[in-house]
Amino acid sequence: MDLVRSLYYLGAFLLIGIGFYAVLGKKNLIKVIMGLSLIDNGINLLFIAIGYVRHHTAPIITSQISDTSLMVDPVPQALVLTAIVIELSVLALALALAVKVFAVHKTLNLNKIKGLKW
Amino acid sequence: MNRFNKIFAYSSVFLISLCLLVVFLLAFRAIPFGADTMDVGHFYLEDAAKSTGSANIVTAVVLGFRGFDTLGEVMVLFLGAVGLGLVLSSQKDSTHSPAKTFPSLILKTMADLVFPFIVLFGIYIFMHGHISPGGGFPAGAVLASGYLLLFLSQRGGYHIRLAQRVETGSGLVFVIVGLAGLYFSGFFLHNFLPVGRLGSLYSAGIIPVLYSLIGIKVGAELGGIIYRLFGE
Amino acid sequence: MGILSAFLILIMSVAAVFAVHTKDLIGASLLLGFVSLISAILFYLLQAPDVAMAEASIGAALTTAIFIMAVKKTKRFEDE
Repeated sequence: MDLVRSLYYLGAFLLIGIGFYAVLGKKNLIKVIMGLSLIDNGINLLFIAIGYVRHHTAPIITSQISDTSLMVDPVPQALVLTAIVIELSVLALALALAVKVFAVHKTLNLNKIKGLKW
Repeated sequence: MNRFNKIFAYSSVFLISLCLLVVFLLAFRAIPFGADTMDVGHFYLEDAAKSTGSANIVTAVVLGFRGFDTLGEVMVLFLGAVGLGLVLSSQKDSTHSPAKTFPSLILKTMADLVFPFIVLFGIYIFMHGHISPGGGFPAGAVLASGYLLLFLSQRGGYHIRLAQRVETGSGLVFVIVGLAGLYFSGFFLHNFLPVGRLGSLYSAGIIPVLYSLIGIKVGAELGGIIYRLFGE
Repeated sequence: MGILSAFLILIMSVAAVFAVHTKDLIGASLLLGFVSLISAILFYLLQAPDVAMAEASIGAALTTAIFIMAVKKTKRFEDE
């Protein structure tokens, strides 16, 4: 049953791989930015999957749960909380630049945009 | 690019990705899924309730033990918003056609009815950031979703100047609260308000104050981003 | 719980492959929103409610909206 347990790692690496393929192999600029978003989702999933401890619970102290030795790791969750917000800001700036590129060159095809330089 | 080059390029990218996947999966045998590999986590879990007084331990890590990183994150978000405003400011684009479809009656009525509840929900999330999951950042996103509803129903009434002033003012008050911690206790962003009883609303020192400021700032910021991208 | 998470990861990967493959950019944005939503459910199953709330509100709602607004200002279908 080790395959099912490590399926989270496989899923995260699959997302990173699909996003990597989109960044390298696609010609439309917005498709490249979608690849960036997929890479980010894969990395966040990988972080939280590393911090998970089996049969432990969420790190919030309530009136029923107050034993802190049975909780999952809080440090990767803090890191991923930061990473999600920063990725939104980066994506917004990248899409603004893509809109500006379209307004100037009238196309979003990367072959045609590079061809204008030489 | 002729056909052989295209096949070669795509298959080489695919093979490199496959090799990287296999290498990563083999390397991750050192971190078996579900095993207890915490070192710093144990210390934070035991110490959070006594030092910071917040029941949500992720909040204690984000704003208590690692508060300076949160200040850096707020700064990066601000830089992204400023950059977007700079790129899209002078936009006289010929591709932007005026809206051909007007919002229907259902959308206009329900937007007016639902918007106050969305704002109330956002304020609830950042106020209770230290006792239930959530915090300032999802609260800002919920507030920005409320503003998005206002834009979609073409209601108007979003003052961009007021939002910019609220955003910069919240960031400034965040730094001033940190400097007050420096003045009162000798460390930047130190907890100088009383810790209080674990689990009540008025507890955890300056953590609810900081999360409220972050929630308002992120809400105004993301609302400004959506306003600029909408092309008003 | 193993079967449920395996099924969700399978759906997420298929949606990501379709999002990269399709030529309609608005469809690709909606599929990316779907990937973010399934990712938020997986975060909840991994006992991280803070991160699940942040991903659901920021990733599934705002990122999709920003993508659709950017596609609206450019062309909808990618050429060749």
